This record gives sequence, C-alpha cells and structure tokens, in this order.
Amino acid sequence: MLSNLGSLLRYRGLIHSLVARELKARYRGSALGFVWSFINPLLLLSVYSFVFTTIMPNNDPRTKPFAVFLFCGLLPWTWLSASLTEAASSLISGGNLIKKVLFPAEVLPIVSVLANMVHFLLGLVILAAFMIGFRHYPNMAALPWFPVVVLIQLIFTLGLALGLSALTVHFRDIRELLANVLTLWFFGTPIIYPYFMPSVSKVLWVFRLNPFYHLAVSYQEILFFDHFGHATSLLWMGVVSVAVFLAGYWLFDRLRDSFAESV
Amino acid sequence: MTSAIELINVSKIYRRYTGRQFSTLKSALLKRSILRDLQPNEAFRALNDVSFSVARGSTVGVIGRNGSGKSTALKLVAGITKPTSGSVRVDGRISALIELGAGFHPEISGRENVFINGIMLGLSKREVEERFDAIVDFAELREFIDAPVKTYSSGMYMRLGFAVAIHVDPDVLLVDEVLAVGDEAFTHKCLDKFAEFHRRGKTILIVTHSLGLVERLCDHAVWIDGGEKQVDGDPKRVVGAYLTAVEQTEKQQMAAATSKAVQSAAPAAPAGDMFQATEGRWGSREVEITNVALLGPGDEPSFVFHTGDAVSITLRVRSAEPTGDFVFGVSVFNADGVCCFGTNTAIEDMTSDRIDGESDVVFALEHLDLVEGTYKLDVAVHRRDGAPYDYHRLLYTFRVKSRTHDIGIFRPRHRWTFSPNIRFK
Repeated sequence: MLSNLGSLLRYRGLIHSLVARELKARYRGSALGFVWSFINPLLLLSVYSFVFTTIMPNNDPRTKPFAVFLFCGLLPWTWLSASLTEAASSLISGGNLIKKVLFPAEVLPIVSVLANMVHFLLGLVILAAFMIGFRHYPNMAALPWFPVVVLIQLIFTLGLALGLSALTVHFRDIRELLANVLTLWFFGTPIIYPYFMPSVSKVLWVFRLNPFYHLAVSYQEILFFDHFGHATSLLWMGVVSVAVFLAGYWLFDRLRDSFAESV
Repeated sequence: MTSAIELINVSKIYRRYTGRQFSTLKSALLKRSILRDLQPNEAFRALNDVSFSVARGSTVGVIGRNGSGKSTALKLVAGITKPTSGSVRVDGRISALIELGAGFHPEISGRENVFINGIMLGLSKREVEERFDAIVDFAELREFIDAPVKTYSSGMYMRLGFAVAIHVDPDVLLVDEVLAVGDEAFTHKCLDKFAEFHRRGKTILIVTHSLGLVERLCDHAVWIDGGEKQVDGDPKRVVGAYLTAVEQTEKQQMAAATSKAVQSAAPAAPAGDMFQATEGRWGSREVEITNVALLGPGDEPSFVFHTGDAVSITLRVRSAEPTGDFVFGVSVFNADGVCCFGTNTAIEDMTSDRIDGESDVVFALEHLDLVEGTYKLDVAVHRRDGAPYDYHRLLYTFRVKSRTHDIGIFRPRHRWTFSPNIRFK
C-alpha cells in the first residue's frame, strides 16, 4: 500500500493533464465556456439568497450580509458533494481505461476531486468580489488558517472519494443512495443556518460528530465571523481526515484487482 | 536467447456473482459479509495452467477460437489483470494495442488527446512533444488534428489511437486483433511498422484470427483452446493443427444442422419453381430416401471436404411396392443459392426398370472441383414425368475448404505454362 501511495507522485503528470482535460472538456461546446465556472456558483447562491432573505428570512443580525455568510459554507460544500458524486461513478465511466489500458485506477477519483477543487478556488474569486461589494471582510488574523482548512478538506474528500469509487464498482446502489445522503448531510451541517442557532446548540454533540461540521464552522469563522475559536477541533479533524484518507486508500487498494473484471 | 515474456503455470479464474445474496451495501454491511461476499461463488476458468515464453526480439502469434482465453492471456501479460495463480513476467516497457483510443475524450481535440493518451501510456509530456509530428503523420490526420475527436470517423479514431500507441516505442508490443483498423493502405503501414519493430529487436505478441498473418509475420505461434495451451511452436505447424481442429468442429456443426434440417423438414408443397431456394421435403413417398450420407476420401462420413477430394453421396432408398418408374437426381447449390451442378438418371439416359425394397444409390465425384465455401444439396427420387416420390430440398450442408483462395464456384483442374524467360521465385 505504501509503495502504491508513493507511485501516486509518479502519476502527477497524468493527474495534471487529466484535470486540465476535465476542465476543458466540461464546458466545450457551450456558448459561455469557462465563464460557467463563475456563473454556476453565482446562480446557486442567488437561489439560496432569494429563499433565505425573501421567502423565509433569517433575522439573526450576526449572519448579515446573509449572501456572504451563505457563500462561505456553500462553496466548500459544493466542492465536497460534486467531488463525491463524480468520484462515485468515476471508475465505472472510466471503465474503458481500467479494462483496456494499464492505467492506475486511483487517478480517476483523484481527478474528480481535484477538478472540483479548481472550481472551488475559482468560486473564491466570486466570494472575494461579494465581500468587497458588501464591505464585509474576513477575519485577517485567522486568514492564514484558511489554506489549512482547504488542505484538511482535500485529504478528507480524497479519502472518501477513493473509498466510495471502489465500493461503487461492486455496489452500484451507492450512486443512487449518494444523492440523498448528500442532501441529508447538507441540511445537517450549518451552512444555510449558523452553528450558534439554539436548535443546533441543544444537540451540539450530535453536530460535532459530523466531520463536515468542523470544516464548515472553520470556513465561516475564518471568512465571515470575527473570532476563530474552532482551531483545536479543526486540528483533530485533520487527524480524522488523514485516517479517512488511509482507510479509503486501503479499501481502494484492497479491491483494486477486482476493478478490471467488475467495471 | 533470453525470454522477454514468460508465463509459468498461469491460471485465471473469473468470478461470477450469480448467487450473490445481498442486494445492497446496507445489507452487506449489516451481515458484515462484504469481503466474504466479494469472494467468487461461481468460477469461470478462462485460462488453465498455461505456460509459454516469448524470446526477446521474436514475434509470437496467439491463435484460437472466440472465447478461448487468448485476450485474457494478453491482458495478463499487459498487467491489466492479475493471474489467479502462476506468474507472469515481462521484461521491459510494454505498450498494449488492446483497444485503440481507449482513453480518448470525444469533446477535446485530436491534438490534446494525443498528449493525454501518450501520457496515459507512460510517456512524459516532452516525449509526446518530440513524437507529436511523427504520430500525426503516421495517422494521416494533419488537417483534422485540431478538430474534436467526436467528429472523427471510426477509422480516423482508430488510426490516431494506433499511432499514439505505436510511438510509445515499447520493448514489448502487445497487439489484440487491431489490424482491422483502417483501409488496406493503413493496414500495410501497420504491418511495416511491426516489421520495423521486429528488425529493431523488439518483442511482439499478437492475438489474431488472421492465420495468414501469423504464418507470414510470426516466428512462433501458440494455440490456446478452452483456456488451455494446445500446441506451441512453428507457426505453420500450429496453424495447421488449429485448422484441423476447427474442421472437426465444423463437421459436428454441419452434422447437427443437417440432422435438424432433415427432422424438421415439413412436408412442403412442391415448389413451382425448381430453383426456388427454400428448404423442405415433399413427395408421395412410394419410393423413399431414408438416409443420405456424404463420404470423403477413404469412405469416411464427413461434412467438410477439400477441393479435389473424392467425394461420394450415398442415398439409402426404400420402395414399398416394386415399381419401374423412377429417376434419381442430385444437385449442388452454393451459399448464394446458385445451382452449381445438377443431374439425374433420366438426363443421363438411364431408363428405369425396377426397384424393390431397400437399396443404395451412390453418386461418386472423383474430384470435387468446387472452390472454398458452404454448399447445399438437393437429392430426389421422382417419376419420369416429374411427380416426386421423395424430394429433399437443400437439407444437406457441407463445406469445401481450400488452401488456395480462388474465386468463383468451379475450380477446373488446370495448369500454367510459361516460356523460360518468365520466372517466379
């Protein structure tokens, strides 16, 4: 397993070109092309903002401007959920490569995660524009933590993506189930509501079991609120992420030889 | 010579999960049986204890019928799948032409696909850059290289895939029946490329159904059947052994088809047009053809013959009542329904006198002068006025094989003569 992990470094050229291809191919043929990477999060944000400021307004003054608050949680969530959805089918849709070419299969889910990470990073540009527009700036003292959160989310997402992609080869049901699990996960994480809402505080321990809770709260505290008090939990979350990654990779490695036959 | 590829007692069992108990991940997790259930519960043995080695610098052909395990063997050599038991050793960089353009993305241009495909096959970006022109020229796609691959014809797609794979410059080249990729000219180019590889001392392993190619190109051949190695050695000898086995199977198939046709031959209405090609059997059966046998050289019953064989058709006939009015007839049709030859005893001026009880009629051909193909037989006994006693229409099938692939129907015995200033090698 360790030597396989090491060989991942050898594939960085391949991963790099596949991520580039993924990004290029996605919008090929559409009139706006790559601009969609910006428009998509913008549209998504507009929908949520409309719902939560007009239809069912959130009156907590601490979450104003609400659009910026929402964006801080929504962007990383989109990265996670899109990565997992794509990764789950990555081995099946890339079956041709696995069956017909000597091809390192783990590259496929990794490419799904990294391509969505690029979209996430592009989304940050929109977030910055919003912050400037609303004159609401991030917590500068905590900003150096931002890359740490991103790194932890990356490791966590990679681990889940590897495990899910390997299992989906044998249990196609996962793909169907995943969309609903992700919806539940989304509403179970303080993204469209703040983590200090009374109904959350009452059962905080339940929320703390959700790994993405720690990531979402960290993003919000660093980018939106004044105080970053979640550092310790975040570091624990880092440990969990590494564990998830190792477990995901172990599972992937364990099932690797069955892919060419089962895809 | 050292070997570049070595398979030692290799078996490959494919798992089948027909009896899988769980239907969802949840139930598998609940029963904690996930890893156990991933074990095979029905096995299909694709390869069984196969050993062979390929000497460095040689070209080796693997032949065998569909589903015999040839491609599995190739995938094991390529490292795409792992053997269930035994070991596979390959020395040097491999490039596998198993599925051409497997990694192409339809939306992006040929140029970008060449780069990504090259990198997938193990080249670095620089190496692809250096070889880019050679690849594009080889594929003959210069003017289309910037168009998205989805706009390519299947031939163009394959050519580009072939061009990339061949320019990986491997030490060991694995080829799985990919020469059907282009027009005649491109196929020749591919063969030239193989020859060039051969000259440069590279090892080539080819899986193919093209036996001529094996005889022409390979130094060595392996015949695999039913997952087991049958023969291994000189290509001519191996191909010969394979052809004999194929003939055997064909005979069995013809025999099965014939007995089925005879059994199910509905008493069809006599066809108005004698040459209408529908199978059937009809007649009053006052005289009946009870059995038809085709005998090859040495009077062996057979359904597969070679051009030039002595062949006889034996009819077993039974007449319930003695009668003096009968004509025996035989005609041969080719697969297109063209009557190649037909005759009967009346045409040949034999006037019937008497038939009674069981007897045999033998129609002997000293020399079967038909070209390769599948043929069908009509046999009949009828009255002089044409009213049928028992007419068997196209019920018997046989195959003619030939080492020469001449065309047409009839292969008259012939001889070429040349004046001395014309020479052949």
